[in-house]
Amino acid sequence: MSGINMYAMAIVMKVVLGWDINFSIWVAAITVAVYVSLGGLYSAVFNEVMQFFLIWFGALIIPVFGLMETGGWKGMVARIDQNVPQIFPPDAFPHVHGSFTHLWSGIGSFSANPMGIHWTGIVLGLGFVISFGYWTTDFLVVQRVLTAKDLRSAKLAPVIGAFFKMAVPFIVILPGLLGLALLNSGAHPVILHPENALQPGDHSFNEVLPIMLARYCGPGLLGLGITALLAGFMSGMAGEISAFTTVWTYDIYRSYIKKGAPDNHYVMMGRISTILGVLISIGTAYMVMHFKSIMDYVQALFSFFVAPLFGTVLIGMLWKRASPAGGFWGLLAGTLSSIGMWVFVKVNPANGAIIALSPNASDMAQNMYRALWSWIVCVSVTMLVSLVTRPKPVEELTGLVYGCTVLPSEGDLPIWKRPIFFAGIAIVVFLILQIIFW
Amino acid sequence: MAAKQGIVPVWFFVGVILFIYGILILITGIAEFHHPPETVQLSQYHAPLWWGMVLTVFGGLYVFLFRPKKPKDVQA
Repeated sequence: MSGINMYAMAIVMKVVLGWDINFSIWVAAITVAVYVSLGGLYSAVFNEVMQFFLIWFGALIIPVFGLMETGGWKGMVARIDQNVPQIFPPDAFPHVHGSFTHLWSGIGSFSANPMGIHWTGIVLGLGFVISFGYWTTDFLVVQRVLTAKDLRSAKLAPVIGAFFKMAVPFIVILPGLLGLALLNSGAHPVILHPENALQPGDHSFNEVLPIMLARYCGPGLLGLGITALLAGFMSGMAGEISAFTTVWTYDIYRSYIKKGAPDNHYVMMGRISTILGVLISIGTAYMVMHFKSIMDYVQALFSFFVAPLFGTVLIGMLWKRASPAGGFWGLLAGTLSSIGMWVFVKVNPANGAIIALSPNASDMAQNMYRALWSWIVCVSVTMLVSLVTRPKPVEELTGLVYGCTVLPSEGDLPIWKRPIFFAGIAIVVFLILQIIFW
Repeated sequence: MAAKQGIVPVWFFVGVILFIYGILILITGIAEFHHPPETVQLSQYHAPLWWGMVLTVFGGLYVFLFRPKKPKDVQA
């Protein structure tokens, strides 16, 4: 994920500043390496708070001005309907059908929506496995919750995050839709292409946000917009690298390799692992170029690692009979099965119809179904191995497994101060958004 | 992130950075008011002027509300 942020940051520099993509990747890497290795987790979190405001103030320019130019939502939809056949000619994009501006109405069939997916893939693969997995197993997210001052704050953190997450499409997806509506017309039309099929001088789908930014912003505002984008990517990169550093230094190195060393030693190890994390991220940043878009790469990675890990966490958290051996073999089987399915389709693209249940399924749909299957493999193997191996004694599971842990009471807190109340509001808002954009 | 003794709250820095950006963008907006860049769409709406004002006010508010207080003003 850190490499993805690094690559996205380099794309902004490439599009807006005209820098070479390789130079941009290294500039992005060195910037984050310096401030995370010097300031550690505190500097990463501190910057995240500041960057949060920059992201929103900088990125809101595009949807506001984009909708003004198209004449509102209806004008945008009309332009998209007119442009789609030109931007996605059927011979080059056989999977692109249906409406780009509806969430659910076209996903009853693989061939009735531009994503080439069925609702089962969205609900079970993306919604249940990948999304739940991201929110509960991605260490970047988990680490922020672990730093909360008490249990109520820890519970409230993801609930508050949910409100902003529901608003993120307005600064991420809406600019993409506005790009579909506007970029191929006007004095300087821009035609976008998949990242892995670019010719010199072409622009890719990944570049929509910076291109749209340059469309509406002169020198002063453009600076804010670029800062917003760079801030967002840098924040993600710093968070992932500090998470990597924490896991390696505290959970692996200090726990298993060198116990009882002085603090200075662990600080030095943390800095070394930060540099190592940045170097690994640079390698993964170059891997993104071989995928159609950044999102294809993200979902492929999630299906490899997040989906099986979610199975392990879920079973381990809810079932006291789960054994350490079950967790290990389940996770290994889930991850290997996911990578195996990906290779299976790479060897022969026609095999995608087996993984995603339809010959009309897109690569993205395959990611969703691969995540679902690998989660099922992980859960099945975990349960089977657990049943034939020795579980941990119940007293060792206190604080870790749901049935073995007494949850502290929220006492006499009024209902409107409890996390469940705000979670309820989040669900209502979520449902309203689904109906509006059905 | 909270305002403890001797620690400047992060919200103050948020205010400072938004205030500085706001002023810079506002100045750009005023400078290009009569001659907006030709490559920019919808330049007739003078986005830097309005966006600069919003940032300046919001940033200024945060600077004022979360300014570092003297030790005697900070509650124990």
